[in-house]
Formats: sequence, C-alpha cells, structure tokens
Amino acid sequence: MVATISVRFIRMLTLLFGLSILTFTLVHLSPIDPVNAYVGGDGSASPEQIEKFKAYWGVDQGLVQKYGSWAGALLEGNFGTSLLYRAPVIDIIQSRFLTSLALMGTAWVLSGVIGYALGVIAAMNRGKWIDKIIKWYSYTLVSTPIFWMGLILLIVFAVWLKWFPVGLAAPAGVMESEVRWIDRLHHFVLPALTLSILGVANVAMHTREKMIDILNTEYVLFAKARGESSWQIFKNHGLRNSILPAISLQFAYFGELFGGSMLAEQVFSYPGLGSTLTTAGLKGDLPLMVGIILISSLFVFAGNLIADVLGKVVDPRTREAG
Amino acid sequence: MQLVREGWNVRKKMVLMLAISLGFLFVLLLLSFTLSNDHLRLGAGAKNMAPSLSHLFGTDWLGRDMFTRTIKGLRLSLTIGAFTSLLSVLIAVMMGICAATFGKTADTVISWVIDLFIGMPHLVFMVLICFIAGGGIYGIVLGISLTHWTALARVVRSEVLQIKNAEYIQISKSYGKSAWYVARKHMLPAIFPQVMIGFLLMFPHVILHEAALTFLGFGLSPQTPAVGIILSEAMNHISTGKWWLVVFPGMLLVMVVKSFDSIGEQFRRMTEPASSHE
Amino acid sequence: MVESHKNALLKVENLSIGFSQYVQWTRKRIIRPIANMHVEIAEGEIVAVVGASGSGKSLLAHAILGILPGNAVCSGKISYRGEELTDQKKAKLRGREISFIPQSVNFLDPLMRVGRQVQIGLDKSKAKYKQEKLFEQYGLQKSDGRLFPFELSGGMLRRVLFATSVREGVKLVIADEPTPGIHPQALAEILKQLKQFAAEGAGVMLITHDIVSALDIADRVAVIKDGTTVEMANAAAFAGSGDKLQTEYTRRLWRALPQNDFDLEFRSRGGLKAWH
Repeated sequence: MVATISVRFIRMLTLLFGLSILTFTLVHLSPIDPVNAYVGGDGSASPEQIEKFKAYWGVDQGLVQKYGSWAGALLEGNFGTSLLYRAPVIDIIQSRFLTSLALMGTAWVLSGVIGYALGVIAAMNRGKWIDKIIKWYSYTLVSTPIFWMGLILLIVFAVWLKWFPVGLAAPAGVMESEVRWIDRLHHFVLPALTLSILGVANVAMHTREKMIDILNTEYVLFAKARGESSWQIFKNHGLRNSILPAISLQFAYFGELFGGSMLAEQVFSYPGLGSTLTTAGLKGDLPLMVGIILISSLFVFAGNLIADVLGKVVDPRTREAG
Repeated sequence: MQLVREGWNVRKKMVLMLAISLGFLFVLLLLSFTLSNDHLRLGAGAKNMAPSLSHLFGTDWLGRDMFTRTIKGLRLSLTIGAFTSLLSVLIAVMMGICAATFGKTADTVISWVIDLFIGMPHLVFMVLICFIAGGGIYGIVLGISLTHWTALARVVRSEVLQIKNAEYIQISKSYGKSAWYVARKHMLPAIFPQVMIGFLLMFPHVILHEAALTFLGFGLSPQTPAVGIILSEAMNHISTGKWWLVVFPGMLLVMVVKSFDSIGEQFRRMTEPASSHE
Repeated sequence: MVESHKNALLKVENLSIGFSQYVQWTRKRIIRPIANMHVEIAEGEIVAVVGASGSGKSLLAHAILGILPGNAVCSGKISYRGEELTDQKKAKLRGREISFIPQSVNFLDPLMRVGRQVQIGLDKSKAKYKQEKLFEQYGLQKSDGRLFPFELSGGMLRRVLFATSVREGVKLVIADEPTPGIHPQALAEILKQLKQFAAEGAGVMLITHDIVSALDIADRVAVIKDGTTVEMANAAAFAGSGDKLQTEYTRRLWRALPQNDFDLEFRSRGGLKAWH
C-alpha cells in the first residue's frame, strides 16, 4: 500500500515538473518581455535591481539554462518581482493568501456538508416533492455562471436589503489596525455564500446519483428484507458506502474552487488571490501571474493526489490487497 | 407479452424537453439575425429605462436596447461555443485514439499529459493562455479548448481500448484490413455516441467559461456585445438600482446553457436506455 | 403427508407479477415472469419450491417480503395466518416474523464486518452474545466476526447468511437457493438447520433447483414451470418411477435425475434410433 501511495506521489512530482515546463514555455511565448516591462515602466529601477531581474529571467542565456535558473529560483522560494507592485511576488501572495483561504475554505466545507445532506435526502426520497425540488435547484444552479449569482446576491442583499456591504474585505477608509473582526465577517458573507451555493449544487447531484446506486444494490435490498427502516438503511449502509467517494470528490474540487473564487472576488472586489490574478493578467504582470498560477496549481495537484489515494487507503478491500 | 400504449411516461417527457430546448435555441438564433441593429445605435432611444413592452429588457445608460444586445451577445457565445467545442472534441478524439492504439509507451505518455491538464485549475490557465495568445476571440477559443479536452479524451481512450480487443476487430484484422479501415468502419461508429454526447455537453461549459473570461475582461474589446461584457459593465450600475441590466441577460444565459445541457442529457439517456426504465 | 390439523401459515393464490419495460424509445410493454402461481405452507412444514433457473422462484420470495422493484405490477392474493398480507403488514413482519435467507453473498454489505451484520436487528443488549453463540453453533470462529465479506470463503459466507435469519419469534423462513456449489458437509449442516426451524414450529419455504437435497427434508414440493405452479406434491410421491406424481412435467423432471438414470424422453422413444 505504501508502494501505491509513493508511486502516485512521484507521479505528482513529475506532473508538477511538467507543469513548470509548460508554464515556462508559455511565459516565453508571451508578447510581453518582462524585463522591458519592468524597466520601461518608470525609470525608478536601479541598475542592481535590473541586473537581479535579468538574472532571474535568465536573459542572455540559452533556453535550457533559462529554465534551469528559473526552476532553481522557484525551489528556493524566489518567484521574482511583481511588475505592478514592485515587490517580491512571494510576499504579495503571502499577504493575500489568508483572505482567499478563508473564502475558499468556508465554501469548501459548506458545499461539502450541505451538498452531501441534500444529495442523500433527494436520493432517499426519490420521486417525491423534495427530490424534485433539489433536482431542479441543482440542475439550474449548475448552468448558472458564478459571477451572475454573485451579482444577483449583491443586488438583493447589498443594494435592496442593505444587509451587507457592496464589496471589499473591510470598510473603506478605515485603517487596517482598526478593522474589527465582525466587519471582516460582514464583508465575507456574500462572497462566501456565492461560492458555496454553486458548490452545493454540484455535490448534491453527485451524491444523489451515488446514493441511488447504493439504494439499488442487493445488500440494501437485503437490509430492507430484514426490516431495516429507511433511517437505519442510511445509517448502517448508505453512509459508509457513499462517504468515501464523496470526500474524494471534495478533494478533487479544489480546481473549480479556485476558478470560482476568481469570479466571486471580482464581483465583490474582495482582495484575495483570485482578484489579484485577474488584475495581474489584465495589466500584464507576468511574474505575479505565474507565481499565483504555480501556487494554486500546487494546491490543486495535491488535492487530486489526496482524492486519488484516499479511496484506496480507507477501503478495506484494497487495503488488504496492498 | 403485451404492448401497452401509455399516456404520459418519463420517456415521452424527455422527448418533449428535447423539443422545447431545440425550439428555444432555434428561436434565439432566428431573433439574433432578424433583430435590427438600430436598437444598438448610441443615443437612439431613452436611456436607463426599466423593462417595458417596447424594450423587453430595458435600456442601458447609452440608450441601447438590452434585449437586442443580449440576443446578439448570445449568438456570439453560441458561435464561440461551437468552434471551441469542435476544437476540443477533435483534440480529445485524437488523443484518445492515439493513446489506445499506438502502443503502451504512447499510452503512458498521453495519459500523463491528460493528468497534467486535468490537474490545472481551469480558469487560471485559461487566463494565462488567453493572455499569451494576445486576447481576442482567438485567445478565448484557444484557452478554453486547450483546458477542456481531457474528460472526453479519457472516455474515448477507454472506449477504444475496450473495443480494440473485441472479437469483431480481431476478425477484421485477420481478414487483412488495414488499421485505417478498422478505425473508420468499426471504431469511429462505436465511439460516435459518446463523442456526440461529449460535444453537446461541452457547449454549456464553454459558454459559461467564455462568459466568465469576458466578464473578467479578458479576450474581447468592450464594444463587442458579449454577455460577459454586458454583465461586467452592468456591475458598475448596480448601486444606482438598475437591476434589469444584470438580471435579464443573465437569466437568458442560464436558459441557453440549460437548454444545451438538457439536449445533451436527453441524447445520452436515449442512447443508453439502460439508464432509465421508470 | 400433510397433517390436516396443522394451521395454514402462508397461502399464495393466483399470484401474477409483471414488469414494465421500454421498447422502441417511448413505448412501454409488460413482461410477465409469474402468472397464476400458488403455494401453501403450514406451520412446522417444509415446502420446497422447485423449478428451473429463471422460472420466477426468487420473485415469489420477494413478493412475499414486499421488496419487489418499483416497476413491478402484482395481482393475486397472499394470506399470512389467515389474513391478507398488505404492504404495511409485510413491512412490519419482515426481519421479525418472516425471515429471509438470500441467494448470494452480494447481499452482504461489503464494507461492514460480518459479525456486525448478523447483529443488526437483534435486541441491542443481547446482540453480540447471540451473534457469537450462533457463530459457534455454525462452526465459525469468534474472530471471524471481525472479518469483511470478501475475506470469507463461500461456505463461511453461507453460514453467516444463515445466521442473519435466526431471530426470536420467527414464524416463516424463506430460504432462496441456499445450497449451490456447497460441499456436502456444509450442505448437511444447512439442511439440519432448516429442519430445526420446522421442528420449532416455523414454516419453511425452500426455493431451490436442487431437488435431491430438497427431498431430503421437504414435506411437500411445489413444482414451478415458466412462472406457473404446475403441481403441489407430497415429497413421498417422488419415488420409484414417479407414478404418484400428477403431472407429466413433474414425472419427467423426476425421471431425468442422475439417480434415475437420466431417463429422458429420448430413451422412451427408442433411444438413439429416434435421431435418425
């Protein structure tokens, strides 16, 4: 079993390696020359800074060497300097990281838990009203763009009802140190809600399908023949046979989550990594773009690895077979 | 055995849904060609009007009729959707077939590539590709198709692997038929339903992603009537209460996406009857 | 052999079961695997329900338990202890008064340890104790209780399935093909257990296509062909050349068995010569 996990881990490393090459190639295909952009922007860069910059990007070096020096720098944690903010990319990422994490983390947990519950309820009441409602709700939401959902929530809750603020992570014009925790929460609700609502639909649909499959198995038929009530069937058989795939799916969801956060953050002007990436992309700040992309990809790959491995580890049948 | 002519069953409902979805899309396309561009002229009409009979979706701050803008925008989305889906499907089918038929090494390599692309967070990479490709429709099409071919490729690969070892293929080969013949006459028809379903189901994804990209500001210039741009411009006017700029275009978009989704689903259920006997 | 003073426990009359299926995209049709089936079981009696595979025997069991699939259409009458067996009654009785021993090991939850699976439905406080006693009785180790279904051999799994049916107050036991592919020792054990159920006053329905073992313990035999009951005979009638059997089909069935020299029609027509 350890062998299986190691194999997959190594595979992930090779994929990350491939990813870095891919990104590197894309960067060098770009129409913007990072050095010129940096220098030409305004003349305030000192000769040393320009040299450091040139060294980082391997200007005047062969292609393979360029990759080598860049990859080496990456592994040391040097992601270069942002063109827009004139600060090390890694610092910018660090400062925005927590804000994004709070948003994505909450949406991840909420959509997982609520989605699972809804999926189970729908499957166990198949064909009845509640199932129809949940199905309709999920189907519609899955076709809805996240940002439109966000806009609607904005209109209803921030503009009409005025329950929540229109954007940002904290009240404007207030000093960083003076922002209260409750204010942060206040600004956080709508973006988090936006992200969660769509995630719930996805998880609910998948769970419902899986649950219906389980309810059609012979062992559930037998459980029924032995007089187990619906609740007992769920508690004894439904839960254990569906929870693992559900959790695996959650871990594979990281990618969608990050994409969604880009949109939600844009709608609410929430300063997380997502909106930073958008700004970087629009303004052509390559180092920052690449930095955020690599970090987020790292998370997504890790999530996929966990999803992959989790099933094998916990299922007693494969555990034995090793 | 006894044949039962039933009134209304689930299958019949499916056919109805299919007809409605197709009809809706057809009407939309028709409208996009017949609605006059007059409504789009700046200053042509009253500005900032709420929805009314003459302006179903209201007008925006430049006096343009929102209904016309939305419909034309959707046509653009559909066109981009068609190209992108086609490109995506082509890449997927190629990769899938190559992986399954060119030997173990090719399979390992291509599977690795598939895993690589599956692992990339979609929107993130689309932004990068779009940026690199210089924006515009070209960038969007490239960005979306290069990130979405993976799922279908996997399906094609597993289907081809399965039939490759089927008896009728072996027999065909033993008759001396070339690999090309086998591929054309046996494999393509066998994978066609799945490819069709994949193509149809890719549309909703593509349309949503295109809207997202244009909403963020990548790809198209602000004058193009794309739904994403309509919505992102509308965002600036929310606080002044012009809700119709957001609600209606979005709703129509949702309906379009849902129609494609529904068409794809019905198609899938009809070609895989085992999935519904209710 | 049927003692008339024994009370009728289960009476199935004119049972028909049909399923709706889609044919040609949107039209439905009904296929009817069971039509006009009847079976009677008295208290303390073992009735073997015998027939070829696919003749609808399992469906009979599922109908009595009330676990037919959603697209099933039933007609006919099933009475239990003199009263009609409605869906609500079935739900109340199954697992308690009516016990079911299923056909295959797929009926066990693959992710639950077998000991726990036997304990479901037993009174919480005595569940573990009872389960361990049952395992002992069937020759299973105490430690086997902690294993998962995939870790047990076929024979052990059959014994576990049996253990799940032992409940206090069980009045009707329906065993669906409990004996295929089992070695003689385990077979003897299972037949002994079924006899034990009957001796304690329960009625036993033994669904099987293995007539020989069935005749070992059955009091009466219901012969099923193509979803219909062809004959209900006493077990004793299955002797000699089968003269006491009422229908041609049953007689041929009996004579075709190995111990009766595979006496098929073909012989009676003059053997090999008939082929030319």
